Amino acid sequence: MSVAAEAAKPAPARRFPGPLAGALAYMAAAALAMLAAVFLPFDDYILHILVETATYAIAVFGLTVVLGLCGQINLAQAAFFGLGAYAVGLGTADLHLSFWLALAGGAGIALVMGACLGMSTLRLGGHYLAMVTISFQQILTLVMINWIAVTHGPDGVGNIARPAWFSSGHGYLGLCIAALALVGYLVWRLPETKLGRSMRAVRDNELAASVSGIDVYRIKVAAFALCALLGGIGGGLFAGGFSYVSPDQFSFAESIVFLTMALLGGVASPIGALIGTALLIVLPETLRFLKSVPGLYLAIYGLAVILIIRFMPDGIWGFVQVYLRRFMKPAAFARSAPELVLVPAKLEAESALEVEGLSKHFGGLKAVDSVSFSVRRGSVHALIGPNGSGKTTTLNVLSGLYTPTAGKIALDGHDVTALPPHARTAVGLGRTFQNIRLFRSMSALDNVVIGAERPGHDLGRIHAALVDQARAALAFVGLEGRARDPITSFSYGHQRLIEIARALAGNPTLLLLDEPAAGLNSTEKVELRGLLKRIAGEGLTILIIDHDMALVSDVAEHITVLNFGRRIADGVAGEVLRNPDVIAAYLGAEPDVAHRA
Amino acid sequence: MDLVLQLLFTGIGIGAVYALVALGFVLIFRATNVVNFAQGEFSMVAAFIMVVFAVDLGWPYWLSFIVSLGGMALLGALFNLGVYYPLRNRSFLPVIIATIGASIFLANSVLALYGPQPQVLQGWFDTPGIQLGPVYLDSQYLLIIAVTIVLVAFQYWFFEHTLLGKKLQATSQDKEMASLIGIPVSAMIMLTFVYSALLGGIAGILVAPVLFVSIQMGATIALKAFAATIIGGFGDVAGAIIGGLALGVIETFGAAYISVPYKDGFAFLVLVAFLIFRPQGLFGERVAEKA
Repeated sequence: MSVAAEAAKPAPARRFPGPLAGALAYMAAAALAMLAAVFLPFDDYILHILVETATYAIAVFGLTVVLGLCGQINLAQAAFFGLGAYAVGLGTADLHLSFWLALAGGAGIALVMGACLGMSTLRLGGHYLAMVTISFQQILTLVMINWIAVTHGPDGVGNIARPAWFSSGHGYLGLCIAALALVGYLVWRLPETKLGRSMRAVRDNELAASVSGIDVYRIKVAAFALCALLGGIGGGLFAGGFSYVSPDQFSFAESIVFLTMALLGGVASPIGALIGTALLIVLPETLRFLKSVPGLYLAIYGLAVILIIRFMPDGIWGFVQVYLRRFMKPAAFARSAPELVLVPAKLEAESALEVEGLSKHFGGLKAVDSVSFSVRRGSVHALIGPNGSGKTTTLNVLSGLYTPTAGKIALDGHDVTALPPHARTAVGLGRTFQNIRLFRSMSALDNVVIGAERPGHDLGRIHAALVDQARAALAFVGLEGRARDPITSFSYGHQRLIEIARALAGNPTLLLLDEPAAGLNSTEKVELRGLLKRIAGEGLTILIIDHDMALVSDVAEHITVLNFGRRIADGVAGEVLRNPDVIAAYLGAEPDVAHRA
Repeated sequence: MDLVLQLLFTGIGIGAVYALVALGFVLIFRATNVVNFAQGEFSMVAAFIMVVFAVDLGWPYWLSFIVSLGGMALLGALFNLGVYYPLRNRSFLPVIIATIGASIFLANSVLALYGPQPQVLQGWFDTPGIQLGPVYLDSQYLLIIAVTIVLVAFQYWFFEHTLLGKKLQATSQDKEMASLIGIPVSAMIMLTFVYSALLGGIAGILVAPVLFVSIQMGATIALKAFAATIIGGFGDVAGAIIGGLALGVIETFGAAYISVPYKDGFAFLVLVAFLIFRPQGLFGERVAEKA
């Protein structure tokens, strides 16, 4: 019913082919595949290969999510596959549970195990995850072999049951294809959802993701758990297909096979996953002599991994896509971008930002030493100081990348001192970086959409509203015409504007700009000055850090000056810039000499 | 009490092997910021070369040892040229995936060439060991401990007191600056890979008479060595050595008092415990990411 309702809405052709048309085509293709599975006269051998391909592909979709979308590695997918398979095997053969219950149980166990493993490791770097997943894989194999009372040890589990309606080979293949189609659809659509966009953001740039309001750790754990879940589902279906499972089917070597499948086909897309899986199941079957020498085909897989990474990092499907894209240019937007409305946040506190006695020490170095200042709502406030004066450290403490040694930060009246970066973004902080941090594999529009859907900025979960907001923000900085272009095609100056648009799209209470003029040429600086004035004109509060005195004295009403980590001046722009201490700090002159000059 | 001393000796002996491999990990990590997941395979390949020459061809032990080390130096160089160097400007994920691919390739190539049967390699000495009070000191374990002490001392001298060692340190701390003051960074990285392969190879040859020489030994040793580096604090040389020794002792006691089949699992439990409660390890410092 909801599909019909969607269709009845006047949905202008925003994308070609439209998401609805795509979904319908997908469903038709899936239905055809299922019919083929049930009615074509395959012999048992072909049925086996097809069931194996479908169930493996579901597990490889897991790697599409965790490795392709989120950029995290999982070298234990065979272990999660094995958890699902053993749950169905032991559940139906020993405990006489229903197939569905055992499958759900296996998927649940894989999900929980994946979440626990991810939670223990994902705060740390990727090396840890690689090694921990290898370890987990080894442990699970040890348990399968040695816990004979439960797992039957090396003998494996036989007499695995299939569900009542799908007991024939053809029927079961139909079930597997249906599962494959469903999971494949969800994985295919995932990148366009909020969760999927967050995963891509985390993969591209964790720091930028966190200041865009994304809880990086939670997203990584979610991706990892999702991957484990798909492994468990695939494994459970696999067990039903073959009625016998043993520990060697779920060894570390198989995890490498899963990884090779994902990499070969293309790790970024479920289509690539399916291509890679099918190839690596069919090829060894046709090249059986490879299997006659133990180790040979895995040696080839190892070599293939090195070669693919080096020469074809996007896999077969990535290769094909380059050509497809030439024929599938996205259609233009049906209507023009709306006006960007920056709603000055409701008055909860007198000042947008209140900093009290803020300190950050690195060992003996007092990078920031009890600095206090306050940013009045609706004003443009500049934080300046010579190199090494503690400006960027202050900014990093303000946005939550560093924990302060002492002091208090109140944003819009809320104490945010102890909050992580993404939670501060939810309270209303937006920021840009001195060295631009964009999500480099995405379009300008997608970058800004991520900014628009920051927590605390409610656009009502409707995708069109998000896109409108993002286009409005891009139009505000003058780049709406190139919204669909990839980030890498923009000049440095334009990338800076996109970063500002990303922050603006979230309608922040306070916008932190870290040296926005750095690296810009003189024309771009003039444009930037105009842009900052327009932003200020909308009533948005800005805290800007920059070296460019012409820019600062032009746009800022209020200036705080730091030197050697301490505040040396604070006040109305003109007065501060005439302050002899400030002149001395910048020019290195004696205060009285400067005064006379 | 006697048993405790005996286990302590064995644990330190096996831990010394983990420490050597862990040193290789740490050196490559400091030079390239990448963990080499094929580090354990260096040990496995060296042990197999020893089996081929000393057992199958009947060459003298010392000559086989030299041939084996020559092979490891070559392997280290090829590894750098074929796996790390072409990917040096990519992000870390492709690089570690490539080293994992290399690890699979090495292990299974040996399997394809030599077959799956575990091999036996005799120890260096004919005397099996000496009885010292209540403790029996196995000669091979004594050798392992002695060689580890010598190598660690050598490495300390090399890095702290030679110009080449200082150049290597400079390279690992800041490649760009090192190249600006005329240090050939590519050559330094090459040297690091060769030296790490040698360390891994020596560890493999030393441990071979204690374990069987098998295809799996590389992965097992690498896992333990990695756990050792985490216990010690990632990237810390002293930490890797102490972590390796600690892990050897924990594992030996675990096998004696808790369970033999799950012996290889203790490293994982220790690893996860450290990751949760003290991810910076015993000696490491947490470094905040800079904006």
